[in-house]
Amino acid sequence: MTDSSFSTRIPTAQQSIKIDKGSAHEIGGLVDIEINGKQFQVPFGTYILDACKQFDFHIPTLCYHDDLCIAGVCRVCVVEVEGMRTLQSACTYPITNSIKIKTTSEKVRKSRRHIIDLLLSDHYGECYSCVRNNNCELQSLAKEHGVDFYRFGHVQNPHYEVDNSSYSVVRDMNKCVLCRRCVRTCIDLQEVGCLEALNRGYETKITTFMDKPLAEVICINCGQCINRCPTGALRANDPSDAIWDAIDNPKKHVVIQTAPSPRAAIGEEFGLAPGRSLTRELNTALRMIGFDRVFDTNFTADLTIMEEGTELLLRLKSALVDKDPNVKLPQFTSCSPGWVKFIEHFYPDYLDYLSTAKSPQQMFGAVLKTFYAQETGVDPADIVTVAVMPCSAKKFECNRPEMNDSGFKDVDYGLTTRELAQMIKEAGINLPDLPKTGFDEPFGEASGAGLIFGATGGVMEAALRTAYELVTGREVPFENLNITPCRGMDGVKEASIKLENVKPEWSFLEGIDLKFMIAHGTANAKIVMDRLVAGELNDVHFIEIMGCPGGCIGGGGQPIPTSSEIRAARAKAIYDEDAGLPLRKSHENQHVNYLYQKFLTEGPCSHLSHKLLHTHYTKRGSYIA
Amino acid sequence: MPILNKPIIFDRNNFGNGFEKGIKGRPIDIVLEIRESGLKGRGGAGFPTGTKWMLAATAVSPKKYVICNADEGEPGTFKDRLLLTEYTDELLQGMILCGYAIGAKEGYIYLRGEYEYMLSHINGVINKFHEEGKLGKGIFGKNFDFDISVRLGSGAYVCGEESALIESLEGHRGEPRNRPPYPVNTGYMGYPTVVNNVETLVSVPIIINKGAEWFRNIGTEKSRGTKLLSISGDVERPGIYEVPFGTKIIDMLEMVRAKDTKAVQIGGASGICIPEEELHRNLSFEDVPTGGSIIVFNKSRDMLKILKNFMEFFTEESCGQCTPCRVGNKKLLDGVNMIEQGKCSVKYLRELIDLGRTMQVSSKCGLGQSSPNPFITIMTHFGDEILAEHY
Ligand SMILES: Cc1cc2nc3c(=O)[nH]c(=O)nc-3n(C[C@H](O)[C@H](O)[C@H](O)COP(=O)(O)O)c2cc1C
Ligand code: SF4
Repeated sequence: MTDSSFSTRIPTAQQSIKIDKGSAHEIGGLVDIEINGKQFQVPFGTYILDACKQFDFHIPTLCYHDDLCIAGVCRVCVVEVEGMRTLQSACTYPITNSIKIKTTSEKVRKSRRHIIDLLLSDHYGECYSCVRNNNCELQSLAKEHGVDFYRFGHVQNPHYEVDNSSYSVVRDMNKCVLCRRCVRTCIDLQEVGCLEALNRGYETKITTFMDKPLAEVICINCGQCINRCPTGALRANDPSDAIWDAIDNPKKHVVIQTAPSPRAAIGEEFGLAPGRSLTRELNTALRMIGFDRVFDTNFTADLTIMEEGTELLLRLKSALVDKDPNVKLPQFTSCSPGWVKFIEHFYPDYLDYLSTAKSPQQMFGAVLKTFYAQETGVDPADIVTVAVMPCSAKKFECNRPEMNDSGFKDVDYGLTTRELAQMIKEAGINLPDLPKTGFDEPFGEASGAGLIFGATGGVMEAALRTAYELVTGREVPFENLNITPCRGMDGVKEASIKLENVKPEWSFLEGIDLKFMIAHGTANAKIVMDRLVAGELNDVHFIEIMGCPGGCIGGGGQPIPTSSEIRAARAKAIYDEDAGLPLRKSHENQHVNYLYQKFLTEGPCSHLSHKLLHTHYTKRGSYIA
Repeated sequence: MPILNKPIIFDRNNFGNGFEKGIKGRPIDIVLEIRESGLKGRGGAGFPTGTKWMLAATAVSPKKYVICNADEGEPGTFKDRLLLTEYTDELLQGMILCGYAIGAKEGYIYLRGEYEYMLSHINGVINKFHEEGKLGKGIFGKNFDFDISVRLGSGAYVCGEESALIESLEGHRGEPRNRPPYPVNTGYMGYPTVVNNVETLVSVPIIINKGAEWFRNIGTEKSRGTKLLSISGDVERPGIYEVPFGTKIIDMLEMVRAKDTKAVQIGGASGICIPEEELHRNLSFEDVPTGGSIIVFNKSRDMLKILKNFMEFFTEESCGQCTPCRVGNKKLLDGVNMIEQGKCSVKYLRELIDLGRTMQVSSKCGLGQSSPNPFITIMTHFGDEILAEHY
């Protein structure tokens, strides 16, 4: 361990200082251990919790989360290690010598029960009036340990006001059990650090900079903390009541767009294993609920590729042909609103590197209230646009003051996967059982390129499929159009693709190695940005960044729980769906071409498309919004 | 200025040229001498100092650190204050010897925030050491560089816990770390770090001067040497005293002219309460261990009030990180308040004592593990009296 590993803002108490298993292995090799009287061998340095998991001894946990550094604060996972005076937390204890572990002795059971009783005594709220009812880790612990009365009492009145200030994340600290997963998520996973513990002892609470409402601090709205909160202390700002009202109002024409990531994950809310997309079942459900039209966000994902890809080619031309010193390269993607707010806060001087293209959600809103209104003759004032997104930051994005280019609020409501699942359940529909139906015209079916936007690397892959073909007249040189260097869950990926035998109009690109990078989760975005600031990325052309780990499929609006396996299963569902589609390139989307023929007649990055489909960004502070 | 009553090993004559002798010899000899002496940490936990140093000395690392724990936060202790002002030279010597022994180049004194007034004095002595060639580069002509700086705490009791202290030094919130790994392995900035109490470090030049054998002859088998005590409360002569380990509590009370003693709180708020019947017990790691805080209560004292005071202290001073300590101490405090109002059933009181036992074994650090001590001992020894008074 070196100094540099402490340069981050992660408090060390919240980090586990991991024993390097590789080198440890050489020293100690395998260690003999005993768990509940049975003998096993584990590699030197294995945590007790991991050892117990491996050999099927269940140990309850609360503050532990697979995605996060170890805290060891809830103490629910304590076990007895023979010869030690105190119990040890299984999640923090690395096995470095032969030990005997007891996971269910009287001392262990009694302590765990006391700890759960203490947690409950300090947790305000009733399970039946909580969004996390039946999906709450505290509730499950209480049930598992047979809690049938409040041994140490129960909070009678809330001590904290609920913080509803943010469009995206609602904080109800009355339900907080101080496991600090949100703190670790925000600092460690996302490198934002807008949540921290304040005060000492019984007064300890999780709060923001200067105790300000979430809307006034540097929260990027990614909602990763929501996904990792074990209780209902963090949840998304739910617009479903307003959406029901719109549906119930006969004067309103309520249309909904669905993004691919919610479709790949919503089944989990209905008990399916992760990894099955319910795209067409969902269309049916949405119509049953009462939406007037159901559209595919992938339509505007394809449109984004046209706009953002053209923008990139134009920037390349300015740089290479016109030698314009002011052109900013690499160009960064801008479709992840968490990432956009991250760069606005932490790298405000680099906003010109962002593509000016709006996200697919916002493009759709603008197209719906202009082109669609024209085509159908519906008064745009009566159109209510809803977007089903895997994302809590989309709620903030649609409320940005600049997102009114249609003359109306382009997207009225951002709805998360979880919230939509709730609406469907409320309507008495069992989603997986429904027949499949298609999307509505005039946007119809979109390409697989738009679909894979949901997984990290997907935007890059979609963009390359189109840009390469546009420039060379040939398909990308990858089997089945699967650009594998774009795929996988590495934090930062880097690759390049050579442009040769280009079409005459693109001759300035002949022989160029188009270099691209992909990062997901803003901690990885920070790595990329710091390299950019250091001047190390001058030869890179295009960078895709997604604010959430795994990309949109791991978004803050997705079903809870989350883990790397769950995210990988969702990504696979998306890639499988893409592979099975007849149409897999954005520029071949006939509906997009129709839009350019009929409406955006001057083509991508033209005057009208700039007005409707592009945006600008805001410099923000690094402590407060 | 505080004075040390009846010094034994801390007699000025015992330091001699221990410092010079140590630095002129081999580092490992210092470690071996300290290990041989049987010196155990004086900060409360009593970990064998020689073993700690040996672990640090054998660790392979580009950097190592020595930290003097001068946070002295335990209610009722004030003996480090004396050492810090009256034995500053000797403390620095102890730290330098430790640095030499383990191969560290830097040392920190983590000074309790309330002791800020000592800062200029300590820094003055550090400067003097630099001028005399005892700090800086090539100490005593040896290929050994060492420097010491002082850092101030900000008044959190938990920052006396060594890993929280290190967090605080690094600029983080003072919260104890998970252990293992221990600071000797992964300490300040991730490097091997020895954290020792002031008294432990001041003992070092004495041991090097007088020899391990001499030191071993004082005290008891498992507790060699002497202990500085900060004695306060219902006594005629409060103050700082040095006693050999193994001293009977009753003899100590005699020494300070305590009268009508009802109970003695040994080890401060996190220590245990000894009733009159047990005053024949002795001060040692074998019997009643102590970091030095002795508070004497006479028969006029209300034990419940005393307990309430301790529980308020812990409810506030817990770092708030782990459940048993953060919520547990509050529940114990609530229990005390319920007893005060005659509202605590005997059944619930038993439940709370049981909770105390859970806190002792399941809290993350020594604070939570020892915070129920006064509750359990006072309720065990004085429960009847308290209940009789309040029901
Ligand atoms: C809550 C708490 C407070 C402590 N406060 C102090 C302190 O003020 N001074 C001290 O020397 N040790 C204190 N300790 C003990 C240290 O953690 C550590 O054991 C000690 O500094 C090691 O030095 P030693 O081996 O020389 O005693 C405290 C421990 C705990 C759990
Ligand atoms: S026992 Fe108390 S002081 Fe120690 S880590 Fe837990 S909460 Fe913090």
